[in-house]
Amino acid sequence: MNVPTMAEMMAQGKQPEVLFWVGAAGSYDDRAKKISRAFVKILHQANVDFAVLGAEESSTGDAAKRAGNEFLFQMQAMMNIEVLNGYEVKTIVTCDPHSFNTLKNEYPSLGGKYKVYHHTQFIKKLIDEGKLTVDDTNLKGKRLTYHDPCYLGRANEVYESPRDLIRRLGVNLTEMKRSKATALCCGAGGAQMFKEPEKGDKDINVLRTEDALETKPQIIATGCPYCNTMMTDGIKFKEKESQVKVQDIAELIAEANNL
Amino acid sequence: MQYLPNLFFALALIFGIGFFVMNVRKLIRNINLGKDIDRSDNKSQRWKNMAMIALGQSKMIKRPFAGFLHIVVYVGFVIINIEVLEIIIDGLFGTHRVFQPILGNNLYAFLIGTFEILAALVFVSVIIFWLRRNLANIKRFLSKEMKGWPKNDGNFILYFEMVLMSLFIIMNATDIPFQEAGIGNPISQFVAPWFSDFSTETIHTIEKTAWWIHILGILVFLNYLYYSKHLHILLAFPNTFYANINPKGQFDNLESVTNEVKLMMDPSADPYAAPAEGAEETVPEKFGASDVTDLNWVQLMNSYTCTECGRCTSSCPANLTGKELSPRNIMMKTRDRLEEVGNNIDANGGSFKDDGKQLLNDYITPEELWACTSCNACVEECPIGIDPLSIITDMRRYLVMEESAAPQELNMMMTNIENNGAPWQYNQQDRLNWKDEE
Repeated sequence: MNVPTMAEMMAQGKQPEVLFWVGAAGSYDDRAKKISRAFVKILHQANVDFAVLGAEESSTGDAAKRAGNEFLFQMQAMMNIEVLNGYEVKTIVTCDPHSFNTLKNEYPSLGGKYKVYHHTQFIKKLIDEGKLTVDDTNLKGKRLTYHDPCYLGRANEVYESPRDLIRRLGVNLTEMKRSKATALCCGAGGAQMFKEPEKGDKDINVLRTEDALETKPQIIATGCPYCNTMMTDGIKFKEKESQVKVQDIAELIAEANNL
Repeated sequence: MQYLPNLFFALALIFGIGFFVMNVRKLIRNINLGKDIDRSDNKSQRWKNMAMIALGQSKMIKRPFAGFLHIVVYVGFVIINIEVLEIIIDGLFGTHRVFQPILGNNLYAFLIGTFEILAALVFVSVIIFWLRRNLANIKRFLSKEMKGWPKNDGNFILYFEMVLMSLFIIMNATDIPFQEAGIGNPISQFVAPWFSDFSTETIHTIEKTAWWIHILGILVFLNYLYYSKHLHILLAFPNTFYANINPKGQFDNLESVTNEVKLMMDPSADPYAAPAEGAEETVPEKFGASDVTDLNWVQLMNSYTCTECGRCTSSCPANLTGKELSPRNIMMKTRDRLEEVGNNIDANGGSFKDDGKQLLNDYITPEELWACTSCNACVEECPIGIDPLSIITDMRRYLVMEESAAPQELNMMMTNIENNGAPWQYNQQDRLNWKDEE
């Protein structure tokens, strides 16, 4: 798969329009890597002039910040900003709502000012600009429910662009009782992804999976690699993996377009 | 002698309002124990938020049933204050229904008639509130933090309102000339017959008594506010005005940390350099919050504004799955500790004497703090713009940066970020391997 890096671009004297910020999950997590690849296929189909940082990318520091380690966060942020500003990056797109939130909201006051898109916003923009179309036949009629990632939804009020893309797939979208601003967390935010939960009656991802299963879906769509992991685990816990698939919106678009 | 009631009324008014003002000053003093934070930007947006959220109750109606009843009680409360103004003038000058000749019969009848209908609606709403709170088994009213005073406080407020509204109707029903005029008595005309067997004198005494208990009750209620969750009727306004208007996911970047990090990353900085001549000796700043004085004044105002409605807790994923965290309890404990610190200052002649306690551990436990997913559900739910998450974050910062007391797994995650640029232990050089894996 052709994924140019900023360093390679620079060596050729080129300045890509967009930086794809892959994020730690998208780079290392086996499930999330598939989302990265699906998104790259979409970028290729729409002929987007993009590059990644590759080995020069580092953690945004989001998880460290939510855990309370402001030092580590700012160290990461300042190193990343130095790299990004060095390449004169103007526009960033990412599949990770946590990176999206941090780059968009928390980097500016530390000297990193960029136009930042979540991939659902970016794909919608490609469609609006006529650079991409979505085939609505492959997934037609499938029952789908969408889980709003907290750091995309409540944190940044991005509710419509993912739904807009879902509607173009020709699927049957059913909302959960808790959705959009009242959506329930998948349980991974605030650095919970990296630790065992505190003791309680059940795990948050199981409760959220129950919300989703109430809609009797064939597909649970989401727009966050961490939500994807949590919901996949929830489906396994409920032993529904033969009936229900958890997929990122980028994967659904790629599938719809036979990419 | 004939001016004795007027004198007594004036004294009651001065004492009632004076005591209230004294407590408000204490309240402001306590809130100012918090650190400064600049919330003076975007004035127009802030005014708009206050108008929509506090005045317009736009977030209350997200839960339509309770929201509608709340609006009835709220509108009743606001509008009935015109009546209170008349009562105060009557009380001070010995007049009776002083607005009647000023406004003319029609307008006066319209106003008092409206008040009566509102009083009846408030009465009914308050009874439904009481039933919900005490008999309807609504989970958010049964949480463990809602035992004792918080539970009683909620009920006292409802009893107060029931009594005040009843007195208002009785006062009108027993005002014989008012009833005979037959104007503005849509509710009290049905209550008036209850008293028809009494002598004129007795009815007059009942009227006077109802009038006095009504106004004294209002003064007592005013002073009850400071000790109660009912303080929200005043603080909801500044609280929505000064609420965070940045995107909810945007956490503040601690400036004190920025300075340290810049120094660390600046290759030309000499870490052993003596402070420049004449530079102020600055006390090293404490990172994060372990006590209420480390929080900012908006967070402290939040704690006084909290109505303990529990909408936050009932939407908190950690709480919903049985974990210790309750955002409402975070606010209640912050307020309890702040009150304790305030009382300590009062008892020690204006300065705080170390009591060996702090917000962290003595009130809020690390277990609660670490259960938070920072999902912002509590912030979204709060009908008056309270931000429990910011307190949780500041306390986590203290735990991590001052005490290195994060759970072991988080320490490993942070070590990985530091060494490998990712929360997992992978080599940074392998970041792009995914492009060749299918």
